[in-house]
Amino acid sequence: MIEALQFEFMRNALIAGVLASIACGVIGAYVVVNRIVFISGGIAHASYGGIGLAFFFGFAPLLGAMGFSLLIALIIALVTLHQKHRADTIIGVLWAVGMALGVILIDLTPGYNVDLMSYLFGSILTVPRQDLFIMGGLDLLICITVIVFYRNFLALSYDEEFARVRGVPVRALYVVLLTMTALSVVMIIRVVGLILVIALLTIPPYVSERHCGSLMGMMVLSTIISMFCVITGLFLSYSFNLTSGATIIMTAAAVFFASTLWNLVRGALKA
Amino acid sequence: MKSVAIEARDLWFSYAGPPVLEDVNLTIHEGAFLAVIGPNGGGKTTLVKLILGILKPDRGEILVFGKHPHRVSHLVGYVPQDTHINREFPISAMDVALMGRLSGAGGKFRYSGQDRELTREALEQMGMWKYRNRRIGDLSGGQIQRVFIARALAAQPRILIMDEPTSSVDTQGQTELYEFLKELNKTMTIVIVTHDISVLHTYIESVACVAQTLHFHDRGEITPEMMEKAYPCAVELLAHGIPHRVLADHEDKS
Repeated sequence: MIEALQFEFMRNALIAGVLASIACGVIGAYVVVNRIVFISGGIAHASYGGIGLAFFFGFAPLLGAMGFSLLIALIIALVTLHQKHRADTIIGVLWAVGMALGVILIDLTPGYNVDLMSYLFGSILTVPRQDLFIMGGLDLLICITVIVFYRNFLALSYDEEFARVRGVPVRALYVVLLTMTALSVVMIIRVVGLILVIALLTIPPYVSERHCGSLMGMMVLSTIISMFCVITGLFLSYSFNLTSGATIIMTAAAVFFASTLWNLVRGALKA
Repeated sequence: MKSVAIEARDLWFSYAGPPVLEDVNLTIHEGAFLAVIGPNGGGKTTLVKLILGILKPDRGEILVFGKHPHRVSHLVGYVPQDTHINREFPISAMDVALMGRLSGAGGKFRYSGQDRELTREALEQMGMWKYRNRRIGDLSGGQIQRVFIARALAAQPRILIMDEPTSSVDTQGQTELYEFLKELNKTMTIVIVTHDISVLHTYIESVACVAQTLHFHDRGEITPEMMEKAYPCAVELLAHGIPHRVLADHEDKS
């Protein structure tokens, strides 16, 4: 399987996978402990509207997806902060409308037959070199933000009300958190596509959670698990000629079931 | 004359609907041990959130040490009711207690040596130092509450506010808790929100009864008038476990 590495596309795919795993592990941990999985799903799917806009007006799809998902993240943040009781409904609406907008704009784009599948299920094997630099930059931005505000994000995630009492700017941090989630989602779409983003964002942190004593530990372990899933999935898809995004997710699913089974067995032995 | 710790003047509040609190006036002096009682939905927790600055009044004002609550948040320690939040969360008792040392967004990335020292003292005071590295979810409800109290004390507050402190401990634990609060009351003002009227007589100096409006009583007893206001029917009285003599005094006006 090492011979696969002689191809540049395979090397780029590996690097893209590792870079996306960092965002996955760090932001995924926040997504799981803050229970904002549905919000991340909404942002991921709605971002297709941005891809549609990019094709219709002729600019880079990555830029379109990023701008649009940031806009959606901001709307969701405002709705969650001001109308909590109906936030899930509104997220559901944005989820569907974003996708529909994307499909229609691509229909309207003259003479362009976009490979829809590559956005739905990822196109890690065709990641261009400059995208790797963008992904690296985003990782760096996310990591610096998380390190600087680690204590504040921890307080926000564990006990929002107490954080507020202690004067932590909860609202601003929540907006920052959803912004980082949007950036990560766009990055992970590159690897596994927008339909499968949720699995890679949630499985590694979920598996890590019970084995870690701190949120930071959970971030590191889920980054490692995520890298394992992406790299293993990538080589399996190369060896058996399968769709890479789906193979990566199936690897993550195998880790998920193995971990669940292990916990059940251990629980049964203890009892 | 003791200085005023908490003062509410013509306070009104509503959550997009009918008022939850109406024309509330309240003065709590420094060093007080106050119980806030009242029926569910009567506005007890709302009043606490106004004191903490989590909510803002519609009309009137609430001042803590003469200032707006969010300006003096470092002087107020808060212990929430629910000890069952996020039990799966990967965090140690120490890291939970350290949150008491947060103030504002803060330029620091890390807690200082002094932060850790004050947190250690607070955990030791609550007998939880030996559990500092335990995962919070592995502790019992009573132990988590002790960590939460330590978290509030780590801020070195002048007022301690506890929401339903007896809901997560057994009878023995309740007595210990109130003995501890009584001791603590020597150095700080204490406000507790409670359903547990049985302890009032022994420990509490004053009672505020909140049921949309507020009735203040500066002794640790409940008068029949307060009971009528707070629990308008006899069935409610029984349901809330009021001693018999109070029931005997109570006359149903309807």
